[in-house]
Amino acid sequence: MVEEKFDAIVIGAGPSGLAAGYTMAKAGMNVIIFERGDYPGSKNVMGGVLYRDPTEELISGFWEEAPVERYIIQQDIWVLDDDSVITMGYQDNKFAKKPYNNFTVLRAKFDRWFAKKAEEAGALLITETVVEDLIYDDKRVVGVQTGRKDGEVKADVVILAEGVNSLIGEQAGLHPKIPPEHLAVAVKEVISLPRETIEARFNLNGDEGKTIELVGKATEGMMGTAFIYTNEKSLSVGVGALLSDMVDANMNPNDLLEELKSHPTVAKLLQGGETKEYLAHLIPEGGYHAIPELYRDGLMVVGDAAMLVNGYHREGSNLAMISGKLAGETAIEAKEAGDFSMDMLSSYKEKLDDSFIMKDMYKYKDASAFFATNPHFFEIYPKLANEALHELLVVDGKPKRQKQRKILEKVKDKRSYFGIAKDLFNAWRVMR
Amino acid sequence: MSNQVVEIFEDKCIECGLCVQACPANALTLEGGPVQVNADKCAANGECVEVCPTEALALDNEEDADDKVTEAKTKEELPTELQDYKGVWVFIEQVRNEVAPVSWELLGEGKRLAEDLGVELTGVVLGFDARDIAYEAISYGADKVYLIDDPVVKNYRTQPYTQAFIQLVEKYKPEIILLGATTVGRDLAGAVATKLETGLTADCTVLEVDHATRHLQQTRPAFGGNIMATILCKKHRPQMATVRPRVMEMPKRDNNRKGEIIEENIELDESKIKTKVLKIIEEAKKAAYLDKADIIVAGGRGLGEEKNFKLIEDLANILGGTVGASRAAVDAGWISVEHQVGQTGVTVRPKLYIAVGISGAIQHLVGMERSDTIVAINNDPEAPIFDVATYGVVGDLFKVLPALTEEFRKALG
Amino acid sequence: MNIIDSNGKLITTICKIEEMISVHSVVCVKQVPDTSEVGIDPETNTIIREGVPSIINPYDLHGIEAALHLKDEFDGKVTILTMGPPQAEAAIKRALSFGADRGILLSDRAFAGSDTLATSYIITQALKRIIDEERVDIIFCGKQAIDGDTAQVGPGIAARLGWNQLTYVVGINEVNIDNNEVRISRKLESGKEIIKAELPALLTVVKGLNEIRYASLPDMIRGARAEIEVWGEGDLELDESKIGLSGSPTQVGRIFPPPEREGGEIIPGGKEDPKGAARVLAEKLIGKEVIPNK
Repeated sequence: MVEEKFDAIVIGAGPSGLAAGYTMAKAGMNVIIFERGDYPGSKNVMGGVLYRDPTEELISGFWEEAPVERYIIQQDIWVLDDDSVITMGYQDNKFAKKPYNNFTVLRAKFDRWFAKKAEEAGALLITETVVEDLIYDDKRVVGVQTGRKDGEVKADVVILAEGVNSLIGEQAGLHPKIPPEHLAVAVKEVISLPRETIEARFNLNGDEGKTIELVGKATEGMMGTAFIYTNEKSLSVGVGALLSDMVDANMNPNDLLEELKSHPTVAKLLQGGETKEYLAHLIPEGGYHAIPELYRDGLMVVGDAAMLVNGYHREGSNLAMISGKLAGETAIEAKEAGDFSMDMLSSYKEKLDDSFIMKDMYKYKDASAFFATNPHFFEIYPKLANEALHELLVVDGKPKRQKQRKILEKVKDKRSYFGIAKDLFNAWRVMR
Repeated sequence: MSNQVVEIFEDKCIECGLCVQACPANALTLEGGPVQVNADKCAANGECVEVCPTEALALDNEEDADDKVTEAKTKEELPTELQDYKGVWVFIEQVRNEVAPVSWELLGEGKRLAEDLGVELTGVVLGFDARDIAYEAISYGADKVYLIDDPVVKNYRTQPYTQAFIQLVEKYKPEIILLGATTVGRDLAGAVATKLETGLTADCTVLEVDHATRHLQQTRPAFGGNIMATILCKKHRPQMATVRPRVMEMPKRDNNRKGEIIEENIELDESKIKTKVLKIIEEAKKAAYLDKADIIVAGGRGLGEEKNFKLIEDLANILGGTVGASRAAVDAGWISVEHQVGQTGVTVRPKLYIAVGISGAIQHLVGMERSDTIVAINNDPEAPIFDVATYGVVGDLFKVLPALTEEFRKALG
Repeated sequence: MNIIDSNGKLITTICKIEEMISVHSVVCVKQVPDTSEVGIDPETNTIIREGVPSIINPYDLHGIEAALHLKDEFDGKVTILTMGPPQAEAAIKRALSFGADRGILLSDRAFAGSDTLATSYIITQALKRIIDEERVDIIFCGKQAIDGDTAQVGPGIAARLGWNQLTYVVGINEVNIDNNEVRISRKLESGKEIIKAELPALLTVVKGLNEIRYASLPDMIRGARAEIEVWGEGDLELDESKIGLSGSPTQVGRIFPPPEREGGEIIPGGKEDPKGAARVLAEKLIGKEVIPNK
């Protein structure tokens, strides 16, 4: 085993693990971070959007140095039907100026940079090494067992940042095996296009960027969304849906992506591009009720491993980073007090409760279950909306009242006024 | 003196640094990225524009540039002490007095270059009881052969061979030396070139001479074969190049050819040589002599598992051919490395190459694209192998391959 | 060296470091782009460099393992030597994480543009400096680097040092430190040869020599913490005319895309009627007389 005892061990060099490692190392703690991939980011996948505010909480002015793709000035939602789409967007030119609001990033590049920062702060990063289990002294976590020779190493506290495939969490009984209803599977392609083409097609200048979330036909009625994000010289195009839905529908996520790419409006955006990379990953979707045990004697859980993802707002990386930071801060306090017991570490949960993280998770706690059991949001409404607009906008000589009636009939037919009222009410209830 | 500054196309710049070297005003710098110009120093001479291999530099006033360039070119003449170097040499490699075929291929190529330059083609033979080899060399095209026949060079060892070679070079001053890119050839070439402090280019695929300057233009694939680069050795002699077996054509042998054999002596004490060859083990089941095969059936990643190589063997046996493999199949452990065809494996030039379940990555193509007829069987219609195949079948190899074997069994059996 | 007090009495003996370490190997390692990933933009002929991961030249890994094996067997020391840009530090760190003891990076803008002659010169001067400080018994190099493929630097170093050169080593049968001798197997096209050579020697190694070990965690930690020594032009005795572009007899004259080979005929029916397609193909090949009729 390793002779040296560390102050903290971090399992996983994704955004949550690196945030925790960075925070602790900066405070002078002796930190070791284990990553099973060849390099940080090699096993990570995200749409992906990085949020400036939480990232700045860790590294001020990071965008000057970090490999970010574009700063987002416009965010769209597109509601897709087979042959049509309703687009809604918001462009804010205030976001076009420093310090900006969000950025698109490519995880392999960004995580590597972030890891370098953690190393510069003094953390030790060991890659290509899998942590197989936690080591206990009675009930207390005192270290980890890795898959290498002499691979046992001890520390005062372990931070579990292993991501959505939370095997150690399961082994340790922090949560049961994650059911498919609590996971989404997403696939993504990075499609290269020249800068000028991206800027022309998306109406951007220089390094400005745009994000598009797509619903409706994009997920063939399953609960989920698709996305198109602009990077510097490529587009990130992907789609994700609830795993249990996919299994029930016997669908392959790749097929979903191909369908999406062939939608006439989407195809135009992608034209001439060349697929450079193909990725896939799971996303936690369990929400508030599925959050596992977050701490024990000598242990804290952060990021995706803690189910901290807010899919309704497309937020995950920020919850990951801030939860990592809060766990790091808790560890620092614990070190000062010389106390890593459950009692002491419970302040991590308090910090989470005080932050936007738990507040947002709580806000949407019933949303997952609701939307999962109300598929009409993903199949009927998008279709209805498109058809209604089509009817309204096609100039075919029919009098307007007749058109109106036709639309209302369709609506009644598909869902009934009462149904819609109920849906609106319930949606409001779970989203507020 | 114009106020012009040279224009740089950053994404064409491969950071080779030739322009930096060529600029008489030291106006160009390379600092971990594409070349940059110091506008104050740039005198728009145009020498950088001329030497740039990728046209990453440009000057508007073409006329001005041309004048300066002609000046530059004349300045580039070979230093006088090197102008005595004349003649094309080919190292005739032997193991146990059996000549490596690549040596004959190089005689064929060397003859062409020698005729182009108007000089003699010479073979260099080092060995013991090796006189017959010298005669063979003449029948394959050498005008002259330098022979060192001595027990100390009976079996290849770096030290005596290097010393012998250098002795000959210093005495007879060739301008070009060609060696096969074999184990022995590469071992010897690196040592000799370093001791002579001259340029050596490995694995050339095309050799030509520039008539104006007499420079050997040594072309080879670079960046994994994605581009071709022509290398020059302008201010040093001899210009040395290695060439892989089966890249050049085998010349016709003419037993009636006459030539001169000049025996040289080497002063080398066996006791001073710190390396001894204890044993040479010929491998009987050697790589099925992949590089000598006329028909090769090669399997790749598409086969999926080791046992499926049986399908490849079946077809190879029916055709009387040899089994080959892509690097992916070898790395997966399905077949041993002697069967590997490609950049890090063997270069082959059979009459017929059948690629099964091989995508056709450039590193594989460079090892077999000179085959006369290429057949590809792959179920991905976009696979690059189809770009070089004479005949392609897009389909499931597990259906097509056995069917093909059966067809040949019927036709030939 | 003996230390004696004013009465001439022996207090203690201090051994010189080189007498204590029994085998010191230096491994020359090159960081290379993973060439399977370097792309060329076919329209502009420019090189796509971004995001191409760098790796340790695969053949060098076998050199590292061979050196570590000697360290295990003889209680020796392994030094890693790399010439490259600053980011090559990562390759050295990785090499150290397998268990090597010392890492040296030769890096300086003045070295840029060096061809194999200039490279072997620079590396040799660095080796001479190392040898000045402590004895070196063996130098390991990979047989060739996957980005350049010339296999010239190893022999160049051996020639300059005047050491025995053994290339394409596929087996190390015996290393005898007392007799200063090494016995190896060398791969030939037609088989193998067994060679005995005096140390010191330079070996270039091939795949099949050994399997690179899965480093222990303590070694990984040591490697991650290691301080790499960086030597620039000023740290070595160098003749300026022999380094960089001025020291390179070969230079690139021209770059162009490889000749396009014309694609040929796709025989239809491969998916729908494999037997039929096979028949057509066989007929064509027999007709072309590429198959010798038995």
